Amino acid sequence: MSEAEAVHKPVNYGAVFWSLLILTICEIITANLHMVAKPIIVVALVFLAIVKASLVALFYMHLKFEKFIIYFIVIFPLFLAVTLTVMVLADKAPKI
Amino acid sequence: MEHNTHVGRLGIDTRKLGMWIFLASEIMFFTGLIGSYIVLRFANLNSWPVPSTILNIPLTGVNTFILICSSATLVLGLASIQRGYQEGLQVGLFLTILLGSLFLSIQVHEYRNLIQDGFTISHSIFGSCFFTLTGFHGAHVFVGVVWLIVVLIRSFMGFFTPEEYAGVEIVGLYWHFVDLVWIILFTILYLV
Repeated sequence: MSEAEAVHKPVNYGAVFWSLLILTICEIITANLHMVAKPIIVVALVFLAIVKASLVALFYMHLKFEKFIIYFIVIFPLFLAVTLTVMVLADKAPKI
Repeated sequence: MEHNTHVGRLGIDTRKLGMWIFLASEIMFFTGLIGSYIVLRFANLNSWPVPSTILNIPLTGVNTFILICSSATLVLGLASIQRGYQEGLQVGLFLTILLGSLFLSIQVHEYRNLIQDGFTISHSIFGSCFFTLTGFHGAHVFVGVVWLIVVLIRSFMGFFTPEEYAGVEIVGLYWHFVDLVWIILFTILYLV
């Protein structure tokens, strides 16, 4: 491991852990909100999942401190993944 | 400092670069499964059950908490070896193995209960999607636990130092990715 790779600002892993825990509790509460319209709940749950996944990738996987080439390796398949999901959703989701 | 022969022309450890490329392929693998799930779900909207009527959400919520904890213990183990604290690495790896095994045990317990209630992989399209997605994820967790055991043994043999800890970092990347995938699966399979 090169010195350049190892040196980055110290990460507050405790804050990331508590954030993930609180967001998981928020997800479970949101899923059980019966007075709110289902599409709003789905959007909120997907948003919470994306925030949690981003926290894991940025801080636990240290993506925040990586070089551009690593971002490129991740963003390219992620772009394809999002494109595939959005196109499938657009094609298959029932019309409102 | 000893010259690191693993750093390539891009200035990145080639082992870490290889793991990121592997994870990129894993993104596409799970996207394929999730894409199929979306197609099947929207094609069977009327017969699709409310997940909470079949699945044990509180138990899986606890399991999600366990996996999040395991990521935290592993990253603290990595931070320990970066500071030269061998015991911290070993405790971190041991706790991660323990939590990963606990996650798998709870998943097996969940599967057993569901199958006893008649909810199997051939029960419905939801059953097929559920067992395929969680099964592939569980297989990844199993591989991760085995890999972590190997890394723990290597740590007892003194393989890792504050200058050379790529083995820990790479298994960490894999493990956190598995955690990240679970975050998505928990939302789309159990909550939505």
